[in-house]
Amino acid sequence: MLAFLSSLPGAVAQGIIWGIMAMGVYITFKIMDIADLTVDGSFATGGATLVVAVTSGLDVGLAILLAFIVGCAAGLITGLLHTKFGIPAILAGILTQLALYSINLRIMSQKANLPLSVDKYDILISLRNIPGALAVGAVFVVVIIAIMYWFFGTELGHSLRATGCNQSMARANGINTDTNKIIGLVISNGMVALSGSLLAQYQGFADINMGRGAIVIGLAAVIIGEVIFSKLFKNFALKLLSAVIGGIIYYIVITLVLRMGLNANDLKLFSALVVAIFLGIPYWKRRIAERKSINPKGAA
Amino acid sequence: MLKVNGIYKTFNRGTINEKRALNGVDLVLNEGDFVTIIGGNGAGKSTLLNSICGVFPVDCGSIFIDDIDVTRLPEYKRAKYLGRVFQDPMMGTAADMWIEENMSLAYRRGMPRGLKWAITSKERKMYREMLSHLGLGLENRLSSKVGLLSGGQRQALTLLMAVMRKPKLLLLDEHTAALDPKTAETVLELSEKFITEDNLTAMMITHNMKDAITHGNRLIMMHEGRIIYDVSGEEKAKLTVDDLLKKFADLSGEEFANDRALLN
Repeated sequence: MLAFLSSLPGAVAQGIIWGIMAMGVYITFKIMDIADLTVDGSFATGGATLVVAVTSGLDVGLAILLAFIVGCAAGLITGLLHTKFGIPAILAGILTQLALYSINLRIMSQKANLPLSVDKYDILISLRNIPGALAVGAVFVVVIIAIMYWFFGTELGHSLRATGCNQSMARANGINTDTNKIIGLVISNGMVALSGSLLAQYQGFADINMGRGAIVIGLAAVIIGEVIFSKLFKNFALKLLSAVIGGIIYYIVITLVLRMGLNANDLKLFSALVVAIFLGIPYWKRRIAERKSINPKGAA
Repeated sequence: MLKVNGIYKTFNRGTINEKRALNGVDLVLNEGDFVTIIGGNGAGKSTLLNSICGVFPVDCGSIFIDDIDVTRLPEYKRAKYLGRVFQDPMMGTAADMWIEENMSLAYRRGMPRGLKWAITSKERKMYREMLSHLGLGLENRLSSKVGLLSGGQRQALTLLMAVMRKPKLLLLDEHTAALDPKTAETVLELSEKFITEDNLTAMMITHNMKDAITHGNRLIMMHEGRIIYDVSGEEKAKLTVDDLLKKFADLSGEEFANDRALLN
């Protein structure tokens, strides 16, 4: 128990970093109504870009910005495949994700793993200094939520929301839905790559597999946040925050089950099960409600 | 105003489901025309409206709005000339967004959308004022999600959104068909009011022959992708439902078949 408590701050720090990724997933999954699988690739792209940039002497702030931009580019590719090639969004994301595996290896000079020592380089966030990591993570969360809150309150942000909600209506009101989908995918993957760049710093390396299953973790965070806070949080900023809190809860639970003796190799199975169950809950609720409504004690 | 020259549209060409929906439609609307459109199932009424909106490209022919050739223009670019209300009340509004947010989307139809705030307080006042004219109490629910409104309320809101920018052409595609009779009446009255007040050019598809006769200054009957009857002014005003049915039988050689029209 004591060991679990002592590992809590680390879990929270990781949860915050993945929470930033979850906010990116929130934009595509909840606002644009697209399940974007690019993120498994673009998360690692963010990490790889950062490590290569910092180790070749770039300032860490600029390296994070660079990771963000490269992530945006990945989103742009998926967006173009979806809107200009007419490929269904899920498949477009899978194609980009697959291509990114090769690209990420090229970024890392064909190495599957690149170290980034906190002793040698001046980086922002590291598991050696967890209170510092928590503070930096919190600042990133606040700044990103503030920017997203502003953006989705603008004319362009509104047109993105309309595109995700009702494409016929959006087009009838003069909104270019294709462009808006691309913009949504670009922003989302930029945030995902930024999150990857923070995780690479935190863990001290970038790995070709660091994004594997990222979409599931992001969805888990979004859904956990939604299930717990949807009654409480109505404001858009708070809804984004609930995705971050969902990420934190997810990592606390993961830490707990690992402490309880779950084989680390079974983690992905565990994550998939959690997400499947949470995604199923709204459906089951509806089914049960329907069954009740058609069977009111024998009445017709 | 609107010029439609010989448009053809065939869906699923070359398959077993091939359907020739428009078979050479020519139509000229004058400024201020309010045209009602009737016709049997699959006559091409909705296809005509959707062609004008650019929901899909036509196979051949051309479409001009105010001498601007829109034939090749994508749907979202034509939107600035058009106001639209769909048959399905769910289709014309964004359910997850607030009433005022939906209105601000419509208010910016045809304008570039940038990084300015989506709604100003001045606009909000204007929206409240506009909503009060609907007489549905929506003016006090600016920040209600549209998904919470009834079908009739949503349709009235869609109508308001369609006319708030004074479109060159208002297109109503059986917009009261999914509503209960009383609500349908209200929405139809509102449509009439907006069209008369702003002297809008409008096209309204309806399955109700009586509505087609009592509203508008011109009536078009469609059959098998063609306009078979086009009447306006005095002659239209004198029409009766029996006249129309007889006219249809004469011109098409068939009985009028529209499952909904028969129920009315």
